[in-house]
Amino acid sequence: MTDAVLLQTIMFYIFAAITVASGVMVISARNPVHSVLFLILAFFNSAGLFILLGAEFLAMILVIVYVGAVAVLFLFVVMMLDIDFARLRSGFMRYLPIGALIGAILLAELILIFGSWAIAPGIEGLKAAPMTATAAHGAMTNTRALGDLIYTRYVLAFQIAGLILLVAMIGAIVLTLRRRGGVRRQRIAAQLARSRAQSVAVVNVPVGGGAGEPVEPVAAGE
Amino acid sequence: MAVGLAHYLTVAAVLFTLGIFGIFLNRKNIIIIMMSIELMLLAVNINLVAFSVSLGDLAGQVFAMFVLTVAAAEAAIGLAILVIYFRNRGTIQVEDIHMMRG
Repeated sequence: MTDAVLLQTIMFYIFAAITVASGVMVISARNPVHSVLFLILAFFNSAGLFILLGAEFLAMILVIVYVGAVAVLFLFVVMMLDIDFARLRSGFMRYLPIGALIGAILLAELILIFGSWAIAPGIEGLKAAPMTATAAHGAMTNTRALGDLIYTRYVLAFQIAGLILLVAMIGAIVLTLRRRGGVRRQRIAAQLARSRAQSVAVVNVPVGGGAGEPVEPVAAGE
Repeated sequence: MAVGLAHYLTVAAVLFTLGIFGIFLNRKNIIIIMMSIELMLLAVNINLVAFSVSLGDLAGQVFAMFVLTVAAAEAAIGLAILVIYFRNRGTIQVEDIHMMRG
């Protein structure tokens, strides 16, 4: 075993162990803030796993999207809502047996599948986007190979992904936007739409008669 | 023993099981349930990338990217719904959410 392979193996076991351990902490931590922080740790270490696999672009995307956006969003929500977390944890032990049972069954099934599956013999001809020999051996970076693919062959799916993000953004804004009553807000459009006739009135004041009652300007357009 | 496809699949399987387990364990805390869903999506991504590299087919990584996109959108919408639900009802107890008699 060469040094590079040994190092790769060691790094894999470190990343995998920390990912799984922080996954356990995510679901068992007492404080949800700690759960979010362990989720961030899990994502960082899976980014390490992706780098070991040679998918650098996805590793960076994972760190940027998950740690930079999703985890921070979770953190905001956990800290913003005033929740009695102790009450939420009651019944933790009641669901433990059924959860453990279902988890064990699922894991056993997955292990059975992993023990028995094999790659179909004719797979070479079925590849949707085979990595060329150059891409596989580092002549073309992973990022460039992915870009070659998503801007040509998967461009429609890529646009739809963008649309999904747009809809999610608009949806989140519309859902959480709140109009409070009784707040004096500056209405810039109304200010800019004001005309001279609406705001200034010329009054012919008689000598010695005073200004009298204030004259309402002619309201145009209201 | 060099690291192969089976190692990554094992990590992904354990993570996916942890996600399912987390949903059962934290039945009352919807925030942790959403984090468990994120863990499961991460396991799916690890599977996709591991198969992609092992088979030499880049399409798996493209689809892992799409899974990432959908996961981000889902988290944003889910947390927004959670925030307005909390604003309207003052609680996010999962067992109190039965307005639709589901």
